[in-house]
Amino acid sequence: MNQEIINKELSAKKSKIKRKKQSSLWWMYLPAVAAITMFIIYPFFNGLQITFTDWDGFSQTSNWVGLDQYARLFSDPLTWLVVKNTLLYGVGSTILQMTVGLLYALLLNRSIKFKALTRTIVYLPVIVSPLIMGYIWMFIFAYQGGALNDIVMLFGLDKINALGNPSLNPWIIVLVNTYQFVGISMIIYLAGLQSIQKDYYEAADIDGATAFQQFKNITMPLLMPAITINVVLNLIGGLKLFDVIVSLTGGGPGNASQSMSTFMYSLYFRREDAGYAATQGILMTFIILFISLASLIYFKRKEVEA
Amino acid sequence: MSTKTLNKWLLTILALVISVVHIVPFYILLTTAFKETGDFSSKWLFPDYFTLSNFTEAWERANLLNAFTNTFIITVGAAVLLIVFGSMAAYPLARVKSKLNQFVFYLFVAIMVIPPLAALVPLYNLVVRMGMINTHEIAILNNFAGFLPLTIFLYSGFIRSTIPKELEEAARIDGAGVMTIFFRIVFPLLRPVTATVLIISSIFIWNDYQFAIFFLQDSSVHTLTVTLSSFFGENQSNLNLVAAAALMASLPMIVLFLLLQKQFIAGLSAGSVKG
Repeated sequence: MNQEIINKELSAKKSKIKRKKQSSLWWMYLPAVAAITMFIIYPFFNGLQITFTDWDGFSQTSNWVGLDQYARLFSDPLTWLVVKNTLLYGVGSTILQMTVGLLYALLLNRSIKFKALTRTIVYLPVIVSPLIMGYIWMFIFAYQGGALNDIVMLFGLDKINALGNPSLNPWIIVLVNTYQFVGISMIIYLAGLQSIQKDYYEAADIDGATAFQQFKNITMPLLMPAITINVVLNLIGGLKLFDVIVSLTGGGPGNASQSMSTFMYSLYFRREDAGYAATQGILMTFIILFISLASLIYFKRKEVEA
Repeated sequence: MSTKTLNKWLLTILALVISVVHIVPFYILLTTAFKETGDFSSKWLFPDYFTLSNFTEAWERANLLNAFTNTFIITVGAAVLLIVFGSMAAYPLARVKSKLNQFVFYLFVAIMVIPPLAALVPLYNLVVRMGMINTHEIAILNNFAGFLPLTIFLYSGFIRSTIPKELEEAARIDGAGVMTIFFRIVFPLLRPVTATVLIISSIFIWNDYQFAIFFLQDSSVHTLTVTLSSFFGENQSNLNLVAAAALMASLPMIVLFLLLQKQFIAGLSAGSVKG
C-alpha cells in the first residue's frame, strides 16, 4: 500500500468520525428519558389535570370543578400552617447545618487527636434511615421513660413533655434533621477546605494578617462552591422532609408539625381527597423550585464575585 | 506548657465532646434493644444481664427475613439500572454538544429539584392502572427514575473533566462502534464515579420510605422501613422489641460504612465541590 492510499483511507475515516460526532447519539439516553417521562414528567402534568377535579383517588369517575381546589388551597388555614412548617424545616435546617457543619469542619481540619474518629461518628447518622432516627429520638424525648427526662429528674426538675408541645415540635424536627445530616455538610466543607492551597495562608502570615482576616479573606471566598452545594442540598432535603416527621411526631400534636409532604399523604390516603392532595403537590413543587433556583442563582453569582 | 499545646488539648477535648454528643442516639438504641420487656430502668444504663431474646423475637414477629430480601432485591435492581442506563445517558450529554443534548441535560438538572412526592397522586394512579402496585418492579423503577438525574449529573461531570477524548478517537479510527467504545473503553475508566453512584444510591434506596409506603402496601413486599413502621404500630408498648428490630435493619449499612468509610466519604464529597 502506498502512502497516498493510506492517507485517503485515513481522511475518509476521519470524515466518517466527524459525521458520527455531529449526531446526538440520542438513542444512548433514550431509556433514561423514557424513565423520567413516564415516572416524573407525565405524572406531573397528569397531576395538573387532577387539580381541576374532585377525584377521590379510587373511583373511575370524577367531576370537573374548575378552580375550586385552588380556592380551597388559598383559604385553608392548614395550607399556611404546613407551608410555614415546610419553610421552617427547609430554611431552619439549612442555616443550622451550614453553621454547625462549618464549625465542625474547621475544627476537624486541624491536626488534632481523634479527628478521624469524630468525623466517623458525626457522619454515622447519615447512613441510618430517617424513619429509624425518628424512633430513636422518640426513645430520648418520650415523656414516660425517655432518656432526656431521666437527666432532667436527676437535677430535680419537672419532666418535659417535649413531644406534646405544639409550638416546640417543629423545632425538635429541625434539630433532629440537622443532627442527622450535619455530617454531609461537614464532609463537603472539609473537601472544600482541603482544596485551598497552603501558600495563601503562608503569604498572609508574612503580611501579618490575623487569623480572623485570613478566614474572612481567604477561607470564606474559596469555600463558596462548597457553600452553594450545601445550601441547595440542605434546602431540598429540608423542604421535602417526610420520614422523620412520620416516626417522631406523626405530624402532631394535632397538625402542629405537619409538613407539605405529610399533609399531602394524609389527604390522599386517609381522607380520600386526591384532587386537593394533587393541588397541594403543585404548590409544593413551585415553592421548592422557586426557593432552590433562587438560592442557586444567588450563590452562583457570589461565587463569581469571590 | 506553651499556649499552642494547650490550645491543641482544648480542641481535642472539644472534638471528644462532639463525639460523645453525637454517639448518644446510638447508645440509647443499644441499651433499649438489649433490655427485656418490663425492664423500666433508665435508658442510660445497660442491663446487668445479657439476652438476645428481643432480637430473636423481633426477627420472627416482624418477619425481618422477608423485609431484608425485599430491600436487597430493590436496592440491587435499582442500582444496576442506574449504573448501566445512567452512565450510558451521560456519555453523549457530556461529549456531543448539540442543541438537543443541551436541552436534555438541563431537563435532568431541573428534575433533580422537583420532589418526586409532589406527583404522588397521579403516579399512584398510573401504577394502579399498570397493575404494578405491590411489586418489586415498581419500587425498582421508581427509585431508578428518582435517582437518574443525580446519577447522570455525576457521570457527565466526571466524563467531561477526567476522561481524555483521544482514547475514544483512537478507538474510532480503528473502526470501533459507539457501543463498543463506550462499554469497552469509557465505562471501565468511570470506576470511581460508579463507586460514588453505587454508594449514594444504595444508602438512599435501602432507607427509602416515601416510595415504599405508597407502592408496597402488601406485607409480602414490605421493605425494612415499611416493616419497621408497622411493627412499631403493633408494639407501641414494647419499644425494646422495636429497638432491636431497628438495630438489625440499620446494621448492614453501618457495617458497610465502617468497612468502606474512605470510599463512602470520597464518594459523597466527589464532584460536589467541583460541580
